[in-house]
Amino acid sequence: MLAGLLIVFPLLAALLVFMAKGKGARNLALGLSVIQFALSLVALFQLKHNPGSHQLLLNCTWIKSLGINFAVGIDGISMLLILLTTFLVPLIILSSFKNDYEKENIFYGLILLMQMALVGVFMANDGFLFYVFWELALIPIYFICLMWGGEHRAKITFKFFVYTLFGSLFMLLGLIYLYNNSMSIAGTKSWAIQDLINSGRSLGEHQQSAVFWLIFIAFAIKMPIFPFHTWQPDTYVTAPTQGTMMLSGIMAKMGTFGLLKWLLPIVPLGIEKWGGVAIGLSITGVIYGSCIAIVQKDYKRLIAYSSFAHVGLISAGILSATAQGLQGAMLQMVAHGINAVGLFLIADILFRHTGTREIEKLGGIRSMNGNFAVLFLIIMLGAVALPLTNGFPGEFLLINGVFQFSAMAAAFAGLSVILGAVYMLRSYQGIMLGERKDTHNAFGSLDGSDKAVLIIICAAIVAFGVYPKALTDIAEPAIKTLLENIK
Amino acid sequence: MKGFLVISLLGVIAMLAEVFKFKRILMPVIVLGILAAYALNYMEWTHPFSIPYFDNMISFDKIALAFTGVILITAFFWFILAHSSYEKDPHMVDHYALVLFAITGAIMLTAFTNMTTLFIGIEIMSIPLYVLAASKKENIQSNEAGFKYLIMGSFASAFLLFGIALIYGATGSFDLKEIHTYISTNAGNIPSFFYAGVVMMLIAMCFKISAAPFHFWAPDVYQGAPTIITALMSTVVKTAAFAAFMRLFMISFAGVSDVWSHILVVAVALSLVISNLTAAVQSNVKRVLAYSSISHAAFMLMVILANVRSNLSVNAILFYSLAYSIGSITAFGVLNSVTKYGKESFDEFNGLGKRNPLLAVCMTIAMLSLAGIPITAGFFAKYFVFTAMMTTSYKWLLILAVLTSAVGVYYYFKVIIAMYFKPAENHEAVKVEIASTLVIVITALLTVAIGLVPGYVAEMFTF
Repeated sequence: MLAGLLIVFPLLAALLVFMAKGKGARNLALGLSVIQFALSLVALFQLKHNPGSHQLLLNCTWIKSLGINFAVGIDGISMLLILLTTFLVPLIILSSFKNDYEKENIFYGLILLMQMALVGVFMANDGFLFYVFWELALIPIYFICLMWGGEHRAKITFKFFVYTLFGSLFMLLGLIYLYNNSMSIAGTKSWAIQDLINSGRSLGEHQQSAVFWLIFIAFAIKMPIFPFHTWQPDTYVTAPTQGTMMLSGIMAKMGTFGLLKWLLPIVPLGIEKWGGVAIGLSITGVIYGSCIAIVQKDYKRLIAYSSFAHVGLISAGILSATAQGLQGAMLQMVAHGINAVGLFLIADILFRHTGTREIEKLGGIRSMNGNFAVLFLIIMLGAVALPLTNGFPGEFLLINGVFQFSAMAAAFAGLSVILGAVYMLRSYQGIMLGERKDTHNAFGSLDGSDKAVLIIICAAIVAFGVYPKALTDIAEPAIKTLLENIK
Repeated sequence: MKGFLVISLLGVIAMLAEVFKFKRILMPVIVLGILAAYALNYMEWTHPFSIPYFDNMISFDKIALAFTGVILITAFFWFILAHSSYEKDPHMVDHYALVLFAITGAIMLTAFTNMTTLFIGIEIMSIPLYVLAASKKENIQSNEAGFKYLIMGSFASAFLLFGIALIYGATGSFDLKEIHTYISTNAGNIPSFFYAGVVMMLIAMCFKISAAPFHFWAPDVYQGAPTIITALMSTVVKTAAFAAFMRLFMISFAGVSDVWSHILVVAVALSLVISNLTAAVQSNVKRVLAYSSISHAAFMLMVILANVRSNLSVNAILFYSLAYSIGSITAFGVLNSVTKYGKESFDEFNGLGKRNPLLAVCMTIAMLSLAGIPITAGFFAKYFVFTAMMTTSYKWLLILAVLTSAVGVYYYFKVIIAMYFKPAENHEAVKVEIASTLVIVITALLTVAIGLVPGYVAEMFTF
């Protein structure tokens, strides 16, 4: 029941918010998303008893003749991502309070609708349902970017939409192939995740490779990893800040989650054969994204590229198919989600207070607002993965996992830490330290809502940096089961 | 069968309306008549009695009844939509009568069991359409459309007749069942002109459903004909042509599929590529919808190509027809309301999100459905095609289909972007008659409803 509620509640919340009038919409949206967070905490509490297998199952028939069921469930892996989603959405809504959007009710309604689809993706236990939620998540964010985005938004959001749709259609082909094949294994065509996994495993190496690429492309575009990333920087920059937060904080995790939960167990032979190439692509993206981030002038664009680099490392860790790699990926997904929201909010605050995001035009803000400088510093250090921040344990485990796959790959992946420090520290230096410049004479104090979001994010960064076990404990049993399945 | 008779009777009644002066109540009479026909059709569905009529010329089996149902549903919506365009037209009665006869022909095409009925059905359906396409007499494009349609249509009919003649020469029969038996008993012993006949019929049918490379008439005719007639052509006519195509090739000529399937593969691949690439550079919305209908035809042809000869394929084509027809009714309904006084370019949609939000939302749903995005009917239509094709050896065609549908999204989304993103030149609200609005909203809701619970339609053929 609770599993269904986690999906239905944001849907109802979205409908309610659509109907709200005027400024009430934002408060209503915030309130409802906090309730959703509370619901996911209840789910966490229930899951604690036996997190290894799927808990909180719900299975209703959707289309009987096609073997499609509305089957959802939560295991440790999905639990972490659901928590991440439900934790971030209220923060994202709260962070928007200082931006006045036209037609607020639609804006917040779409965010909640997207939340519904995201939670659905993380919970789906049925291949078809997974695909439907996967696509559904795309529609609200498309309209958010199209209606409230910046310059050239029509062109850029369109590219984003077609790119991702293109990938997911290939995934659909791959899934249909598995579905048709499940006839020989399960005796009847079935979309259930376990049947798809069995169906995938029964295939020969050749077919598994084909299925691997069909499905991998969809995930690779969504994350994105090199060379499927060209939609990402423009979209992140053009989208309204809250849209960017949804995209990089949560939606990028759909790709990594899919890789971990769906691709890894379905085509072990395919991964054995092509995993190395995919890791190579991921790590190329890590270095490529970091290098481009170093030379960026626009701070929001810099974060976009850094996000691209971080996600590449997560993907490499997952594809290494080692316990450390997977565990690190889970930690890093959470950490990156939280940090990305923090960093994009900082970019937004800078823009609101000074009218620019260009690093060269900024400087010396620390002397004007010390509190902001401290909060920014903590979030920045989290992104750099300094020990005792939430970025560190994840990155450490990821590189460890990649190392077990190939020392060479790990050496290159390790560059991400160094390069990350370079662009992050450099941008911090440029924006906060140095000379005061005229453009931002009146930086002023932070608004209450911004301050609240930044403090919560900083608290999370430190808390999970000091005690990452709180997160690993949730995911560990599920990862163990997953790995046992693969071997 | 009873539904079929009711519709033809309605056509006769419509012709009498002018003489006996009940023009004003003609519209309600027709709508009620269609509902009655649908009810009778449904009763036959629940108590099927598949008797062949007229010396085995026509037979309403379950497939025919299902496709007739789709045609009647679209016709029902079409008439309500059309009324606002024809209300003040002095030739309203003639138009309605012609449309009803075209629908009669369409229903005949779903149920033929004999080559002669096939030919008669096609002619009954096409001849009124030639006239209707040219019905904007003062408009030169409309005249061109009618003329082109007539020339091309006759050309196709000639091919069809020649094909039928050759097949008759080989088999000595017009009857579909006898041809089917002939193929299976004389395997390896069939004269080559029989195959020539099959190929000629294939070409003729490809003309009718406007599959590439026989599609050249479609964009011009769609553009030139009055919008509401274009709506009729891309829904009722398409559905009927596909029902005929399916009955002919999936059932009668299934035994010689290795002859026609090679040709059909080329037609499908060409249709996919040409339609989507050309549509992307058009500025006239009706032309775009014409090319989009070619692309949808290619998708439906893929099911015939998959040739699974099971309930699955019939379901897939039926579902596709329904999803496409309903989506098109919404799209053409909005198009008809928006472009009433202006041109037919994408600019007419500018700012519709503000000028009439309800219409804009419905149009968005229709476009999402035509583009095949979940959770709309159009997505499931594509899904069934993918599932059917995945079992065949033509998997490369699927990759092509995916690539071209990504291109397809481009032109569907052009409309959405225009509605929400581009500023309008005039800020007047777009006013639409209540009846048309109702049709648009109901069809949009149906699109979503079928997308949510496709089972009801998809499970129709469980015999």
